Amino acid sequence: MGKPMQVSRHWRHFREKYRLIGGKCENGHLMFPKRDVCPVCGSRNVEEYEFSGKGKVLSWTIVRNPPSGFEYYKPYPLALVQLEEGPVVLAQLTDVDPEGIDFGMDVEMVTRKVREFDEDGIILYSYKFRPVLK
Amino acid sequence: MRKAVIIGAGMVPVGEHWRLSLRDIAVEALLNAMDDAGIDRVDSLYVGNMISGSFVEQENLGALIADWAGLGNIPAVKIEAACASGGAAVQEGTKAVLSGLEDVVAVVGVEKMTDAWPSDATRYLAYAADADWELFHGASFVALNALIMRYYMKSYGYTEEDLALFAVNAHANGARNPYAMFKRPIKVETVMKSPYIADPLKLFDASPVCDGAAAVIITTPEKAQELGVSKEKWVEVAGVGRAIDTINLANRDDLLTLKAARIAADRAYRMAGVTVKEIDFFEVHDAFTVMAALSLEALGVAEKGKGAELAREGQIAIDGDYPIQTMGGLKSRGHPVGATGVYQTVEAVLQLRGEAPEGIQVPDAEIGLTQNIGGTGSNITVNVFRRV
Repeated sequence: MGKPMQVSRHWRHFREKYRLIGGKCENGHLMFPKRDVCPVCGSRNVEEYEFSGKGKVLSWTIVRNPPSGFEYYKPYPLALVQLEEGPVVLAQLTDVDPEGIDFGMDVEMVTRKVREFDEDGIILYSYKFRPVLK
Repeated sequence: MRKAVIIGAGMVPVGEHWRLSLRDIAVEALLNAMDDAGIDRVDSLYVGNMISGSFVEQENLGALIADWAGLGNIPAVKIEAACASGGAAVQEGTKAVLSGLEDVVAVVGVEKMTDAWPSDATRYLAYAADADWELFHGASFVALNALIMRYYMKSYGYTEEDLALFAVNAHANGARNPYAMFKRPIKVETVMKSPYIADPLKLFDASPVCDGAAAVIITTPEKAQELGVSKEKWVEVAGVGRAIDTINLANRDDLLTLKAARIAADRAYRMAGVTVKEIDFFEVHDAFTVMAALSLEALGVAEKGKGAELAREGQIAIDGDYPIQTMGGLKSRGHPVGATGVYQTVEAVLQLRGEAPEGIQVPDAEIGLTQNIGGTGSNITVNVFRRV
């Protein structure tokens, strides 16, 4: 996974993963991630749309038995976050006490490291969500 | 239109088969099914398998299994639809017979999971999710189901104990099935005391990693007669339906509706000419307890949000109105992923022939249903079987 040819596989999504850029079709339907065909109306005219990064926790879990490659980071909270613009995004929560997570908790997007590979491997960064700082 | 009937069924016990390889168990199940039908050749083979390439570095299963089962130079191919691969392979075999292109078809479902390191197995199973937008973030398959489970409990006011009842029912039935992996009854407390794997989902809410293979032989009634297969053995594949939903759970309109199951069930009911009320038992895909609840709702057995209530009322037991997991389901019989849909089929055949083990035979069963889920509900098959 961390070998040189995997760089392009992750690099091609860096704008979406660093800046939460999704799509908006000609009829105004928002989506994340961006697709070639709007899943609501079938329009093929979809433009990039940058989300605000604000949202609420819809559901969450604590991953205790992760897929290989994520063992070092366990346990970690994973959530479905409903963005204020509508679409739902799956992402890790960060900077949060797992006991304090609740339905409807206000969260905001931050860019964080998701995982590392071997010594010579790449480092993956992406959006995660943290409780809104009061 | 031609009709399709199952004339042979076979399987190996589900478990951790340290001494046996993928090809060993697949060939054994296949030969058991052929012996059951009393035949020694078939026109073609369909293999249900999810992910042998990752688990045992073996693809091209059609060639491997047909070759090692001594079936000669027949057409043989693998069918993949994640955990619904087995149900999909039964459907492809049925379609081949109904089309008239093939007369006698073998379907084998197989998965060999215990040759992989546990966290690697967790990774491979997550390949059924969206690699770039789910697994990338460290989502295991269990975690995705845990998100659904928490949302289900919150939306309808159920507790973890309520959902545990599905595991208790599965074990009660599986305890009497000699082919089941876990042959002992459990209590709600057993589930509640098991550790969290992805809160609120506990070890005993989940089906196990295991090895297994099951097979059926499908043909037409005319050909079955010609082959001299006793009519007692025949079970009609009366209806088949399949549909997909978004690969990414987050992209779904409603997290708590298995839309693909609803569409697949409507198609299968229409083809079979049956209503849900006429179905005597339901082998649903309880890979996780919450999935059993959602499945009952999508199949029309329960209203939306009332799936877990059927468990509370005791209606899902063998003597209830809607028996489910009659041989233990995925939880107790086991869930060798790509083989599961074929195990469900074999179990439906045994029920409809009246050959189920004592204590778990559904009395006078005439119509049975199997439902097999791939992904977090992203690829679902529903098959309806009828006693001939």
